[in-house]
Amino acid sequence: MTLALLLAALLAVTCVVAVALPFLREPEPESDSLDELDDDERRRLELLEVRDRALAALKELEFDHRTGTISDEDYRALVGPLRRDAAAALQGLDEEGNAAAGRQGHPTRERIS
Amino acid sequence: MAELGRAALLLTLGLSVYALVAGAAAARLGRRRLAQSAQNALLAAFLSTLVASGVLLAALLRNDFSFTYVARTTSEALPTAYTISAFWGGQEGSLLLWLLVLTGFGAAAVRLNRGWARDLIVWVVPVFAAVTLFFSFLLVVVASPFATQAPPPDGAGMTPSLQNPYMLAHPPLLYLGYVGLTVPFAFALAALLSGRMDERWLIATRRWTLFAWTALGIGQLLGAHWAYEEVGWGGYYAWDPVENAALMPWLAATAFLHSVMIQEKRGMLRVWNVLLVILAFSLSLFGTFLTRSGVVNSIHSFTQSSIGPWFLGFIGLTVAVSLAVVFWRLPQLRSPTKLESPISREAAFLYNNLLLLALCLAILWGVVYPLISEAVRGESVVLGRSYYDFFLRAFGLPLLLLMGIGPLVAWRRASVRNLLTTFRWPTGVAVATGLVLLALGAGSSIPGLVAYTFASFVGATIVLEFARGTRARKALGATSWPGAFSSLISRNRRRYGGYVVHAAIVLLAVGIAGSSAFDSVAEAKLSRGEALEIGDYRLVYRTLDERQSANATEIRATLDVSRGDRDLGTLQAGKNAYTIEQQVSNEVGIRSDPLTGEDLFVIAEQIDADGSVYFRVFVKPLVNLIWVAGLVFLLGSLIALWPDAREQRRLVARTRAIGVPATR
Repeated sequence: MTLALLLAALLAVTCVVAVALPFLREPEPESDSLDELDDDERRRLELLEVRDRALAALKELEFDHRTGTISDEDYRALVGPLRRDAAAALQGLDEEGNAAAGRQGHPTRERIS
Repeated sequence: MAELGRAALLLTLGLSVYALVAGAAAARLGRRRLAQSAQNALLAAFLSTLVASGVLLAALLRNDFSFTYVARTTSEALPTAYTISAFWGGQEGSLLLWLLVLTGFGAAAVRLNRGWARDLIVWVVPVFAAVTLFFSFLLVVVASPFATQAPPPDGAGMTPSLQNPYMLAHPPLLYLGYVGLTVPFAFALAALLSGRMDERWLIATRRWTLFAWTALGIGQLLGAHWAYEEVGWGGYYAWDPVENAALMPWLAATAFLHSVMIQEKRGMLRVWNVLLVILAFSLSLFGTFLTRSGVVNSIHSFTQSSIGPWFLGFIGLTVAVSLAVVFWRLPQLRSPTKLESPISREAAFLYNNLLLLALCLAILWGVVYPLISEAVRGESVVLGRSYYDFFLRAFGLPLLLLMGIGPLVAWRRASVRNLLTTFRWPTGVAVATGLVLLALGAGSSIPGLVAYTFASFVGATIVLEFARGTRARKALGATSWPGAFSSLISRNRRRYGGYVVHAAIVLLAVGIAGSSAFDSVAEAKLSRGEALEIGDYRLVYRTLDERQSANATEIRATLDVSRGDRDLGTLQAGKNAYTIEQQVSNEVGIRSDPLTGEDLFVIAEQIDADGSVYFRVFVKPLVNLIWVAGLVFLLGSLIALWPDAREQRRLVARTRAIGVPATR
């Protein structure tokens, strides 16, 4: 009984310390706000997703064409729109990068490679 | 030590309340330290639940019958392995296992994703905490595993049917599956609540969903094998409500695993995907409710209890809140792209989804109809096997066919001419298979014949995909054919792992069709020396023996088995009479043919005092393909689950590009 209560108290203290740890570590932080994505970063993330989706689809189409699963005729019909999607996403990323650079006063194109 | 267990569970409850309230406040107000504190509370909840689980396990191993739970589920004579499995053999222990896995998964999901999806994790914590709060509340207030009593001299023992090696793995695997579906649910709801509707919640939960789905699938197959060997009625799946309880979330998760690809590739079906995740999670709660509430009569439902209303309330709350949040975010969930053609891969996946969902809802109706009829008319009307078999054929056979069509159709749109060329060989194989089987007499069951034909079509498409892919990889520079094959899989694990899983489903379909549509049965009361014939088999009843094991009296009838002129040795079937539990179980005799996959299955239905035995004998063609399918399914799932370095690099590059630390 005593041992059980002792162990329970030890467990409770451990848990309380774990919960309080962020406040114990930083009693007076410079900033306590969550580091969330701003609108520009969210827009950039969307464009990156569109770009990756288009590039992955292109890669899969190329491979399926090579294996013979997709015929020449279907390949020709599908590859154009996919390339346009990828190009549009890359262009959007470029414009986004330039706009961000303009706001910060220095170029950041390499950030979006 | 019961006090320690109770205190640990109370701590989990307190930590869950804190994680829910502090986590929600931190997410709403944007407070960093409070959010970290809530995350730590979720991690600490895992620690305290682990301690509570350790206390219960220790009590079981010590046969400490002062714990009511231990006295109710074990006995001194129970072998150690089953004493351990008693942890999940009773209601309170199985709820504790739910909570342990839940808090463990919560802690792991938060730790693994807190770097690259931290704005999402902030919302994941309160959602996880809400589910944790429900289960810890049940364990503290309604069904405590740490209730104590004056210790009796011995425990009541374990239900004999649970004293089986499959019970060591089957329930924990189902629980890993049920609880694993909480992870995609928590991330989906977090994405909705936070408004971060980008792909990260899908990426973060993809493997969790696949893991949960695999565990549910393997768990069900182990359960089917347990029913086949242990329950002793001659089958492996009885459309029992508790069996259906595990099948329904698996079907919903299967639909999600397919439709999520459409969202990833085409940005479509966003609303559909979150609804599927909500459905899968709600059905996993419903499955636990069915198993644990005692609301339905089932060979798998071992308890009558008071937790039912709590579960129903929580399921209702979960569905209502989730749907409200989806409705709130509908404008953001609208897809920027539309279905371009009814002949495309996304269309095939959509048809697959509709069939899976239709099958799932048909099964759900079959499960709840007896409950509704009892509530409305005062009598429970059970929908029998024919109801489920009808829907399995109506939806399952087209699903099987689609499994072969979908992967070979192009995304966006495909021309009819291309389809005709692509499916030339698989169609030829399917037609040839159908004709050969018809000539061999398989026309006695049309659904069975159709299943075999469709299965051969799907099998041919899978072989074709692997052959063409390997050839293409070889042409692209692979040094050897094995190298080309290996490179093919490693470069697209999800796709080719998926094909292996499809191969498993083909084996499963062939095994089910063979063993249910083309099986045969014979029964007779035999005295020693008398024989029974079924098909080519001849069984002669020779002896009846009785022996004593640690916890049961085992009675076995021995039969000589021959096929034509060939002597196949002996087979034993009988019964076990469990002394402490005061129960009798059927112990069936099974002879498997490794070459044909056929089983000879013998049940000693009734053993009379004069030594005569009433036998029921089945011949089940191809039934062993079902268990082989389990191994292939596991292999395919592991291939798809295996980390993909290329994908990791792409994600790291993407997250770096927006300035989020890539610490995934």
